[in-house]
This record gives sequence, structure tokens and C-alpha cells, in this order.
Amino acid sequence: MLGMGAGRWEDDMSRLLALLFHQGVLDEHFMQLQQLQDDSSPNFVSEVISIYFRESERLLRNIRTLLADRECTDYRKIGVCLNHLMGSSSSIGANLVRNVCVAFRAASEHCNWAGCLRLLAVLEHEYCYLKNRLHELFQIEQQRVLADRVRYHPVLQ
Amino acid sequence: MAAAGGGEGERVMHVLAVDDSSVDRAVIARLLRNFKHRVTTVESGVQALEMLGLEPNVNMIITDYWMPEMTGFELLKRIKESKDLKRIPVVIMSSENVPTRISMCMKEGAEDFILKPVQQSDVSRVCSRIMR
Repeated sequence: MLGMGAGRWEDDMSRLLALLFHQGVLDEHFMQLQQLQDDSSPNFVSEVISIYFRESERLLRNIRTLLADRECTDYRKIGVCLNHLMGSSSSIGANLVRNVCVAFRAASEHCNWAGCLRLLAVLEHEYCYLKNRLHELFQIEQQRVLADRVRYHPVLQ
Repeated sequence: MAAAGGGEGERVMHVLAVDDSSVDRAVIARLLRNFKHRVTTVESGVQALEMLGLEPNVNMIITDYWMPEMTGFELLKRIKESKDLKRIPVVIMSSENVPTRISMCMKEGAEDFILKPVQQSDVSRVCSRIMR
């Protein structure tokens, strides 16, 4: 029945978050982000994560373009993109993406083109996984909010 | 640029936050607004200097170290060389813990150096000291 499942959605969120922490996908900075959300800024987390997705996808596209031609690869620019992605990933608690960026930056500093290509594939994979899981988390949160609203609707009291 | 007001009846600083990362600008602005400060965000040192030219009454500048065009260190130097702006405390943020970099910024007159990701306790510490 509508309104009866709010607790279930909270359990689902807790389970998903626990999994993501256990996998090392997220770290405690994601919890700090959640703590910054309140009644005055109820959509803060989803807004910041949306900005993160837009920024990250642009950076990943830039890196792929920079690696397109082995002879003309600008490793300095790749390093700039990676620093940016590392910083924003740290800020939202995207621990695994950040760690892949660290390894990738080391490969770019050694001008290791094959290593960079391999790590780009890993980075894109981990980023996609993170994005899918965070979308799932937001969907569960939306269901939870909806269930709460139905539970406390005056017509249903 | 984006700005917001602070609470009434409380000591409110006007803080200029400079960072080329949209994510980090959003987070640092939220952290500062939690303490009721008024925040203006810009994405580069060049924009920061333009803004300060129009509105020099800023109580604190918090800037990322690594930015294209003008680093946070270069912005710090320009501010400390200006007779109109040198009184403004400047806090540098960086995701890298490089002792020589920290020392260089402090010698140039930085008020503090914060490691990213910035936490509530960092903002609290820095704002409390500056308001004293």
C-alpha cells in the first residue's frame, strides 16, 4: 500500500550506501556532502552531483581526444584534466574514481601512452559504475520522499 | 559570479571564493553559507581581480592553488602587492600536501592553507581566526 514502504526505501538506501563504502567507491566525504543538505538547501547533494557528472564527462572526453594521436599526445594537458577530476572526485567522496586518477596521472607523467589508454578505460568504467549507483541512490531517495508525503498526507490520516 | 546574503544580527563576512572547479565552488560556498557568510564565487584569478576592482570590500578570499591562467599563488601575490587589497586575508586550498608550496604561500602572506577536500572544521577554524 502507498505510504507503508518509507522504511523499506530507507533500508534500501542504507544497504546501497554500505555496499558502495565497502567497495571503496565512496568515502566519508560523501557523507559530509549529505550533511550539508538541509531544509534551506534540500536538493544540494543532487545539484552538486549533477555538476560533477557534467564536469567529469567533459574532462573524460577531453582526455580521450588528447590520447587519440599517439605522436601528438599532450601529457601536460592530460595531467591538468586529471588534477581537475581528482579534485572534484575527492570533494564528493568518489574515492575509487579519485584513486584511478592518481594511477593515471603517474602514467601520464611517464608519457606511457599504452598505460594511459588502459587507465582511461578503467576510469571510464569506474565512472560509469559510480554514476549508475548514484542515480539508483537518488531514485530510492525520491521514492522515500514520496512515500513519506503519502504517509503524512492529511487526506489519508 | 554568484552571491548570497547572510543572517541578520550576526557577524557576517563577505567571502570571495575562487576555484575553477564548479563542484568545489558549490561545496565551499555551501560550507561558508552554513556559517551565514555572504559568498561570491568566481572561476579564475582574473575574474577575482575584476570583481575586487568593482567591490573591494571583501573580508576574506579563499582560493584554489591550481588554476589555469593564474594560480592561487599568483593571485595571492597580486593581492598583497596592491595597496587597496593587501589587507584582505587570503586562504589557499590545495588537494596536494606539498610542504614547499605551503611554505611559499605563507611567506607570501597567506592567512592559512587548507587541504582539499575542505571540511566544515577547516572553514570554522579559518573564519573564527579572521573574525577575531
